[in-house]
Amino acid sequence: MPKVIRNRRVEDDARQIVRLAEGVTPETVSIPAGPVLVPLAVWQARTTELAARGDVGVWLDAAEGAELIAADLPKLAAVAVNFPAFTDGRGYSTAALLRTRHGYTGELRAIGDVLRDQFQAYVRCGFDTLQPNDGRYTDAQLEAAIASLGDFSVPYQGAVDEPRPLWARAQREVRAS
Amino acid sequence: MYRYDEYDQRLVDERVAQFSDQTRRYLAGELSEDEFRPLRLQNGLYIQRHAPMLRIAVPYGLFSSAQLRKLAHIARHYDRGYGHFTTRQNIQFNWPALEKVPEILAQLATVQMHAIQTSGNCIRNITSDPYAGVAADELIDPRPWCEILRQWSSFHPEFAHLPRKFKFAVNGAEEDRAVIQAHDIGLDVVKNAAGEVGFRVLVGGGLGRTPIIGEEIAAFVPWQHIVTYCESILRVYNLHGRRDNKYKARIKILVKALGIEEFRRQVEAEWTFHKDGPSTLTAAEVARVAAHFVDPAYETLPATDVGYASLLAENKPFAAWVKRNVRAHKVPGYASVTVSLKKTGVPPGDITESQMDLLADLADAYSYGEVRATHQQNLVLADVRQSDLFKVWQTLRDAGLATPNIGLLTDIISCPGGDYCGLANAKSIPIANAIQERFDNLDYLYDIGEIELNISGCMNACGHHHVGHIGVLGVDKNGEEWYQVTIGGDQGNKAAIGKVIGPSFAAHEMPDVVTRLIETYLANRHEDERFVDTVRRIGIEPFKAHVYGNRQTEKKVAHA
Ligand code: HEM
Ligand code: SF4
Repeated sequence: MPKVIRNRRVEDDARQIVRLAEGVTPETVSIPAGPVLVPLAVWQARTTELAARGDVGVWLDAAEGAELIAADLPKLAAVAVNFPAFTDGRGYSTAALLRTRHGYTGELRAIGDVLRDQFQAYVRCGFDTLQPNDGRYTDAQLEAAIASLGDFSVPYQGAVDEPRPLWARAQREVRAS
Repeated sequence: MYRYDEYDQRLVDERVAQFSDQTRRYLAGELSEDEFRPLRLQNGLYIQRHAPMLRIAVPYGLFSSAQLRKLAHIARHYDRGYGHFTTRQNIQFNWPALEKVPEILAQLATVQMHAIQTSGNCIRNITSDPYAGVAADELIDPRPWCEILRQWSSFHPEFAHLPRKFKFAVNGAEEDRAVIQAHDIGLDVVKNAAGEVGFRVLVGGGLGRTPIIGEEIAAFVPWQHIVTYCESILRVYNLHGRRDNKYKARIKILVKALGIEEFRRQVEAEWTFHKDGPSTLTAAEVARVAAHFVDPAYETLPATDVGYASLLAENKPFAAWVKRNVRAHKVPGYASVTVSLKKTGVPPGDITESQMDLLADLADAYSYGEVRATHQQNLVLADVRQSDLFKVWQTLRDAGLATPNIGLLTDIISCPGGDYCGLANAKSIPIANAIQERFDNLDYLYDIGEIELNISGCMNACGHHHVGHIGVLGVDKNGEEWYQVTIGGDQGNKAAIGKVIGPSFAAHEMPDVVTRLIETYLANRHEDERFVDTVRRIGIEPFKAHVYGNRQTEKKVAHA
């Protein structure tokens, strides 16, 4: 079973990610039983059927904005944002928008090219679950990577996890020259 | 200047630990080349022609004597004895070993320095007026705002992987000395009719292969909202900037594609959600940061020092230096000294470790321990008493740092070009040196007057060639190095992109080409008219005609 980091702990996770293979259409793709994450197009094509299951989540690709799923958030068991490459930073803003603009409070998962050096930024933007590509990290590496969630103990600016900037949450002295 | 508190220090220390571990994992094969690249870039580390290049941040160009001494130490022990000041007011080292970079960063952290976000697709070091706080034409001191924005942008989690690099510049004076119109975001700190402080915001400027002058997106954003406003711009850019083509990924392309009205509409729509949110600035926070930039304890001095005045009258070389390299100061009896890093034969912006140490000593003795870097690749001692200028000049002169050429033709901005840079089409430094040699007659140089000559080794435009009054761009033609010339570019309040005068030239022709441009100017100028103003008035044709006049025949002969 794949491992994810959820709320700063390594956990086994049964939720399967459905990706559309070449030539497969959203209408016809077979969706396994049990908790899944389906592409947005599949959800849009089969909303009624999938919503009835109660265990279906949707993953957005980097170019798919948060607004495309905003209205359906109450029906979803989870939302994920795919990082096709870790250098594609759109997903950070998408996560921030889901959490702040659209009020999403359920599981928000980063999937795809999810690297430990970005873990803290993901969490700060509102992801609670991090799922690197299969095989990218050994279990031991994943355990070790939890430490990187604390790389920066006192970030300057506000973000989703802590909206107040440093100056608003700490008494900072003046050290004039 | 800004001094770290425990939080600033902790962040920088944590960065050192993080990068040390990343380097270790890279060297151990746990991180691939591709995965390591953005990480090292965000730490200012390029892999260049000869060795890694490490770019160290000098936030808004302001640093202390202790920091300069540390840079000297790094030049001595980890490099080849010199460093290179850049147009982003940073310093680069060209020869550090990758394995040593964590150690260098640890050394820097002991003097409140780092290399955070000096490269890569993130918000870069914010630049500003090197005469901030001391310029007579200053309306509002930009430094506290630079520092507030520095903190906001450092490790901003949402903007760690933008489509492309992102550059801010902030100006608070009548004359724009920060080139805000050629930046992704340019900020002018202003007061409105009611006397309230705010920002005129420009967006979408930039050089590189598509040079564009920024457009005004907001005439006045009240100071409380500047962070949330910038955050809104960045979010629109992060989500909608192109990522399919790195040459089209800058915000300037997005702004052009949407049009400034539509781009403004999107930003304002975004801003309605941020405005008045937790990042809205408070007077207390601004006051806390501003308290780091209060004036030093200036003495009450006569407007003109008697000894200084008589030395000026007696000593011609000193007077020449004062005329070019010393600027008026807002406080009577003080002056700002620009230290020229443009001695003929030295790569523009280069400085040796012993020169750094010497400048640190001068800063301690005569300028409250502070130094500034300019985007023209010079340094500034901002607060020197008139009565000390002679001693400062003598010391600088003995160290080769008193070339009296600030703002003149030999004060060339130049990127490192083909001598160091892996992306170069052509060399830059030898062209700069050849032009400096041609124009080494000071009287002639003074007669030519204020002029900016900028050289880039390729269209990435690191040498700001587009905004040079004369711009030189290295181009590659069938594997040979050629140089394309533009004129009429300008930075500052009337920023403009230069126009190409015609076919490019071989390296050995460049001093002649510049000579002919200058001859055309001298033959056509009105009294007190700068080169660029003459170009504006008469257009580029007369320059073209004189430069290419008999070149055609030369070419035919060469091809015959
Ligand atoms: C030696 C290693 C360097 C490399 C590999 C490098 C790389 C680049 C690249 C690829 C661009 C194009 C950005 C774009 O169009 O989006 C660029 C732009 C620029 N670089 Fe460099 N650069 C280097 C050194 C420097 C130095 C030494 C300076 C200052 C002296 C500098 C200042 C600039 C500036 C001002 C721009 C234009 C910014 C703009 O388009 O708005 N760079 N650089
Ligand atoms: S302009 Fe080109 S040659 Fe010069 S430093 Fe930049 S990338 Fe290198």
